[in-house]
Amino acid sequence: MLRPRITPCLLVHKGGLIKTVGFKAPKYVGDPINAVKIFNEKEADELVVLDIDATVNNVEPDYRMIANLAAECRMPLCYGGGIKTLAQAKRIISLGVEKVAISSAAVEHPELITRIAEEIGRQSVVVVLDVKKRLFGKDYDVFTRNARINTKRSVFDLAAEAEKLGAGELVINSIDLDGAMKGYDLALAERIRQTVKIPITILGGAGSLDDIEALIRSCGVVGASAGSLFVFKGVYRAVLINYPTLAQRDELIRMALHQFY
Amino acid sequence: MIHVIDYGLGNVQAFLTMFKWLGFEATRAKTAVDLTGASKIILPGVGAFDHAIELLGQSGMRPTLETLVLQDKVPVLGICVGMQILASSSDEGRLMGLGWVPGKVCAFRANEQSASLPLPHMGWNDVQPKLGATLFAGLESDARFYFLHSYYFECDVPSHVAAVASYGLDFSCAVSAGNVHGVQFHPEKSHHFGTQLLKNFAEL
Repeated sequence: MLRPRITPCLLVHKGGLIKTVGFKAPKYVGDPINAVKIFNEKEADELVVLDIDATVNNVEPDYRMIANLAAECRMPLCYGGGIKTLAQAKRIISLGVEKVAISSAAVEHPELITRIAEEIGRQSVVVVLDVKKRLFGKDYDVFTRNARINTKRSVFDLAAEAEKLGAGELVINSIDLDGAMKGYDLALAERIRQTVKIPITILGGAGSLDDIEALIRSCGVVGASAGSLFVFKGVYRAVLINYPTLAQRDELIRMALHQFY
Repeated sequence: MIHVIDYGLGNVQAFLTMFKWLGFEATRAKTAVDLTGASKIILPGVGAFDHAIELLGQSGMRPTLETLVLQDKVPVLGICVGMQILASSSDEGRLMGLGWVPGKVCAFRANEQSASLPLPHMGWNDVQPKLGATLFAGLESDARFYFLHSYYFECDVPSHVAAVASYGLDFSCAVSAGNVHGVQFHPEKSHHFGTQLLKNFAEL
């Protein structure tokens, strides 16, 4: 049986790991390599690392950091941040990263998705869409450059377009729920699941393992990603990297998917 | 010494790190000369079939590899696309594969059962080893590995199938033909399950 993926998402800012709320108020939570070592020990399903400075500062991805992360990581690694050319994507893959994530560049220059997919294979191309619910109606706008620019384009249109152009996976990141820890936007997740056939990963809002179970219950085999949940512990948000054990994950997935068996 | 083929594809460093951690000597091979003294070979790979075959050709290592594997019977383990290029051909490309394990690489999307599932096949899936498959010795019955692919290996010779996984259809996720082995999943990214498999290969 293919299992749903439970994926920590780590944000890099000025060389350290941080966690935001609503894409703002960054709080330092530790050293990236140290975090990778802990997630190795905990046998995490996958890891997503996003450098939130590179695109905004218009600088190259930090290849040295990426190489160090890839060498240390004993689980699949997806890197995003600052990638806007095919050459950059290829260089990152050659460093031993399994998947590259593109976001602002994919929205601004969608043909880039196709160019990268043709060269490195679509299984390694992840498109990240940062979204905010519209004030009226049931649609969501896609934002770029760390939620600074509203493209005013519907996430469902862009998701379908990214799939058509060659994306191998979509990460749908809720700006509204970033750091909120009150549960995923299940309506959004379900509609994305119905919109595309490629694997999807939902990010933003997870505050407990119950939230992850609820997402899997509603979407089936899906990627459930979270930041705060895996770096904070307790109501005072003390920094403590944590992750469910293999047995806990198996049980969670069994409970969530039993309706399918 | 375990030689990890570096032809520009796949996570060479991850294998070197893992073998070092397991206590085996491993080195990177970028040219034919580097292959001297290889007692085990890892053939990694990601991306498209034709691209992998082309890059292997351009590396200049292919003739030496063929001598080592086909004549000297040095054990080789292909990973992901490194496994797929062991086949004779692929639906993904026009070029011939290495042909070390007779078979063909097929597209999930062309199969009725798997075409209705999300593709690529991405994530942790169960693996059922065939009885006595040495690569899987000592692994728990709930062993799972990380997959990331859109094409799968179809063996011409049933006895070459070392393990199957299920995604719509049952496909060969591991092959063993004499000294030639291949796995579709990523053992270097599959925690203690993958570590055990790589240890098994290193101890062959």
